[in-house]
Amino acid sequence: MKRTLIPMGPYHPLLEEAEFFQLYVEGETVVDVDLRIGYMHRAIEKLSENLHFDQVTFLVERICGICSTSHPIAYVQAVEDIAGVEVPERAKYIRSIVGELERIHSHLLWFGLAGHFIGYNTVFMWAWKYREPVLDIFEKVTGNRNHYAMLKPGGVRRDIPPEDVPEVLKMLDELEPKMHMLVGAVMDDPVLHARLKGVGVLTKEDAIRYCAVGPTARPSGVAIDVRKDDPYAAYDKVDWNIVVMEDGDVFAKAAVRLLEILESIKIVRQCLENMPEGPIDAGIEEVPPGEGIGHHEAPRGEVFHYVRSDGGNSPIRHKVRAPSYVNIPTFKATCIGESVADVALITASVDPCYCCTERMVVVKDEKGRRLGWEDLVRLSRDKTERIKRELGIEEPKWDLPEVGGKR
Amino acid sequence: MTRDEVLDKIKVQFKDKILSFYEHSPKRVYITVAPEDAFDMCKYVFEECGGRLATASGVDTPDGIEILYHFGMDGQGMVLTVKTKIPTRENPKIKSIATFLPGAVWIEREIHEMLGVEFEGHPDMRRLLLPDDWPEGVYPLRRDFKGVEG
Repeated sequence: MKRTLIPMGPYHPLLEEAEFFQLYVEGETVVDVDLRIGYMHRAIEKLSENLHFDQVTFLVERICGICSTSHPIAYVQAVEDIAGVEVPERAKYIRSIVGELERIHSHLLWFGLAGHFIGYNTVFMWAWKYREPVLDIFEKVTGNRNHYAMLKPGGVRRDIPPEDVPEVLKMLDELEPKMHMLVGAVMDDPVLHARLKGVGVLTKEDAIRYCAVGPTARPSGVAIDVRKDDPYAAYDKVDWNIVVMEDGDVFAKAAVRLLEILESIKIVRQCLENMPEGPIDAGIEEVPPGEGIGHHEAPRGEVFHYVRSDGGNSPIRHKVRAPSYVNIPTFKATCIGESVADVALITASVDPCYCCTERMVVVKDEKGRRLGWEDLVRLSRDKTERIKRELGIEEPKWDLPEVGGKR
Repeated sequence: MTRDEVLDKIKVQFKDKILSFYEHSPKRVYITVAPEDAFDMCKYVFEECGGRLATASGVDTPDGIEILYHFGMDGQGMVLTVKTKIPTRENPKIKSIATFLPGAVWIEREIHEMLGVEFEGHPDMRRLLLPDDWPEGVYPLRRDFKGVEG
């Protein structure tokens, strides 16, 4: 059969970031995919070599606008690894609180987008509505809805005062029943089952070969999570579970993320209740020569930072590896053999972050029409509608309650 | 396998090919080997010890290019770094590990364009991040990089 090339990207108003995928298709079936990145490359590693160790924390916080605190958490641990500094207990708890609140809002953001891609715009709006109170709490606790600037090598920059704790707990108490309801709704929805199960399967073998991490690896039966495997911050001091599934399809990826929100709520609550009194900063005076590694389980998977120092004020080498860097190449394993209508969804299921990874492809169909991202999203939605008609369901019966009062 | 069992297994397998063995902490271990042995050790760590290639770092030094393969040993709670130094800055070459490990394809392409290291046997040595009009032979992560015109 004739092979055609469908380019997706690199620039389009619907895309939140520039990316370029080239899909090679035969009829409706994807036979190969070429991924091109680099459009968002900002030379962070090189810039880092010209900044003071303290300033680098702010630089790496700006690598990603969604999981903005993940890079600082990994980076400061790398510097602490070089300096051999033990972080005060209270600072460890605060790091875990900020890290988990971020996971809750990041997973909700993804879930809303996934709803948008399959044509469930109600889900999109509700998930983002539930996300708002989390951002409000961030503003209250850190002063910012994003880019919190809470981390510094040796501890945290700002304390969470006891008077802020009841408000965070109240938000969690309101959010938790909504999340249980959301999990129940997804697990019971026949359209979602028909639409997402068996789509874009990443096998366990492929997850290992591609070195996938986080909620891309765990739904494929790879039970890895830095928070459990190499505990840091306060993750070994609280009770929580890794969420692992076996199927590796888009449905499993959605389920893992939703269930992780519940685990994150558990972690934040315990951290707030058990947080010890004490200092929040170990006060690193200078960074000796040497090399250090820090990693953190970001919402999308392991963030990895390697820092080398020669005893001066700046790193002489700073390597950053974001989770999407190892997760995006799995498209080679998951998109091939699938229909064009599912590509938008499969790629979205990895929750790719291009700013982090640092580009994607465009496609033409058999008649030589150029398909853009909006066409792929439309194909994806049409398929959901077709499944709904086949199942005889008109609108999903979701009973979604209010959260966090009127805005 | 425990942490010590994994490290012992590697020591027995590679014996005097290990040029240095450094435990920065129980969770951070660095093993230095000659560039010609790096491929074998990476393959062994991935296939026999359950190592997951977190990433690799290339470092420019005055007398050569260092490559550090960072393996996440998730079952042991440790990051094992296989370190090697290609003793030249003129056309440095090393055997590609992407031939058996698809997870290394991108990072080797990145080190290739940023530091000018040739990965022999790599399936796809195109640029990854740099623009198409970037001049040939200019490597931005080299320490003597002074910027490009225009």
